[in-house]
Amino acid sequence: MNAPKIRSDISQRLQQLSLASLLKGLRRTVKNLVLPLTGIVIFLFIWQIAASSIVTSLGQFPGPSDVWQQSKTLVAEHRQERQKADAFYTRQEVRNAKKLAKNPQADVKVRPYTGKATYFDQIFTSLYTVMFGFLVATFIAIPLGILCGLSENAYRAINPIIQTFKPVSPLAWLPLVTMVVSALYVSDDPMFEKAFLTSGFTVALCCLWPTVVNTIVGVASINRDLIDVSRVLRLSSPVYIKTIVIPSATPLIFTGLRLSLATGWMVLIAAEMLAQNPGLGKFIWDEFQNGSSSSLGRIMVAVITIGIIGFILDQLMLALQKRMSWDKQAVLR
Amino acid sequence: MNKNYLELSQVGIEFPTDGEPFRALQNINLSIQKGEFISLIGHSGCGKSTVLNIIAGLYRASEGGVILEGREVNEPGPDRAVVFQNHALLPWLTVYENVELAVKSVFKKTKSKAEMRDWIAHNLSLVHMDHALHKRPGEISGGMKQRVGIARCLAMQPKVLLMDEPFGALDALTRAHLQDSLMEIQNRLGNTVVMITHDVDEAVLLSDRIVMMTNGPAASIGEILEIDLARPRDRLALAEDPAFNACRQQVLRFLYEKHRNPAAQAAEVPASETPPTEPQVAPASVPKAKPTSSAAA
Repeated sequence: MNAPKIRSDISQRLQQLSLASLLKGLRRTVKNLVLPLTGIVIFLFIWQIAASSIVTSLGQFPGPSDVWQQSKTLVAEHRQERQKADAFYTRQEVRNAKKLAKNPQADVKVRPYTGKATYFDQIFTSLYTVMFGFLVATFIAIPLGILCGLSENAYRAINPIIQTFKPVSPLAWLPLVTMVVSALYVSDDPMFEKAFLTSGFTVALCCLWPTVVNTIVGVASINRDLIDVSRVLRLSSPVYIKTIVIPSATPLIFTGLRLSLATGWMVLIAAEMLAQNPGLGKFIWDEFQNGSSSSLGRIMVAVITIGIIGFILDQLMLALQKRMSWDKQAVLR
Repeated sequence: MNKNYLELSQVGIEFPTDGEPFRALQNINLSIQKGEFISLIGHSGCGKSTVLNIIAGLYRASEGGVILEGREVNEPGPDRAVVFQNHALLPWLTVYENVELAVKSVFKKTKSKAEMRDWIAHNLSLVHMDHALHKRPGEISGGMKQRVGIARCLAMQPKVLLMDEPFGALDALTRAHLQDSLMEIQNRLGNTVVMITHDVDEAVLLSDRIVMMTNGPAASIGEILEIDLARPRDRLALAEDPAFNACRQQVLRFLYEKHRNPAAQAAEVPASETPPTEPQVAPASVPKAKPTSSAAA
């Protein structure tokens, strides 16, 4: 046996092997990273060229670099505002401490800072408004969908209503919702802003339908054998719904929820513009009304933010779906 | 022994269609004794499954009726457990939970929690599935799923065990194992079983009587064959047994001489009927490559 030769053979093979796996890895990197980046770069290039040839009454249409500048400005404004707020609270603390030192029985108040909402405050407002609307819609849509999926009669009764309201634009609902909220939500110490409720309910009204429709389909397409099993076992309705209906409809319920959340997020921006809920919609509207040379750039920042947040929301729903899914082998995308 | 433990008298059924109602069965008369093993055999679409579903109470007969231990059957219930062809396990529950669902709904008032736990474990060990209690149906083989399906039914302590082509979707070797398990279990527990099959060897091997059905529409019982072979039966010994082969011959003659399946009738099979599988006559000891359909995997 020629041991050294074998060893060198092996090491050669290993080198080849590692080279091959390196190439493979490289190809994967190209696929997963380089291709999307190339797409983005080409897009930015076209955008820059197109933007430079459009002149509006508010100046040049913003290109990628203007938008980048504006996003930095928005972050800087946010920092400034936070500093101001901090300074405000420290001043108050110092003043109150002095007051207490003079007279321990003094009535000390901490007033909240009432500076203007920053871009990040507005994003946060938008997020919890959409979540409110989405949750309201979910709590109505899933039970309604299960009812219509289980009972043919309920489906026949309710389906025309669903089909009628499904295509209605949020802008059509908004005036009605506004008036109803103003009429019914009367309180001296309101827990929620009216604008928040108006936007939230408009979102709910519009993002109800995808979940309802998908839940109906999911529930109506339960495997016949499983229905027979439940009949043989004489399962009670609650047990039947819990152990058979909901698990087998879960994939389609989630499809509906994802569509609903995406719809809700789109609707929210329009609703906030008109209801003046202090979120991203209002930000865009105010910038538009403001009409400074930087407005279009700032609006474009909002557009991109809205897109990215919508994407993240969908990925979160997907992650939730993967967690809740009983079939871990199913390909979800 | 009660002569008429389960009795079908003058059973017939019609399914509504767009035009004339479709008459699937008529004049089905059958008396089954306690502890008897009955096979229903016939060509695809002859209404075997419909008979089973009527006994189960899943369908209601248009005329005639089914009486089980002196009571009329008019709705499904756990005293007539059904083993489905495609196991019908809940894919989101583990093996144990699937049986637990049945046990809980039958013995909620009569068994304590610990008793139920023991009873579930006992039934799963009867079908040799105690090694996979916490696996989901998607993680076990087709044969194992069917074992769990059988355990689920046994755990309900049914008066009659109804089996709808229980081994039809399995390969021949797995099928042979499960047939042996089923014989062993029936030997121990003395269940009354009504099984649908399209496998002649299976029918002869397992049954006390084979009920042969004529072709639909308006199918009925053609002949009933007593299988007078001693139990316990051994498949290898029986393969050489002239009595066994005589029984086989008789069933085959019924299916292929007296009631050939006209191809045209396949078009008239209602959608809810059995899948179009032809009766199989090859010896069970020869493995046949048959795709296992795992619909709920």
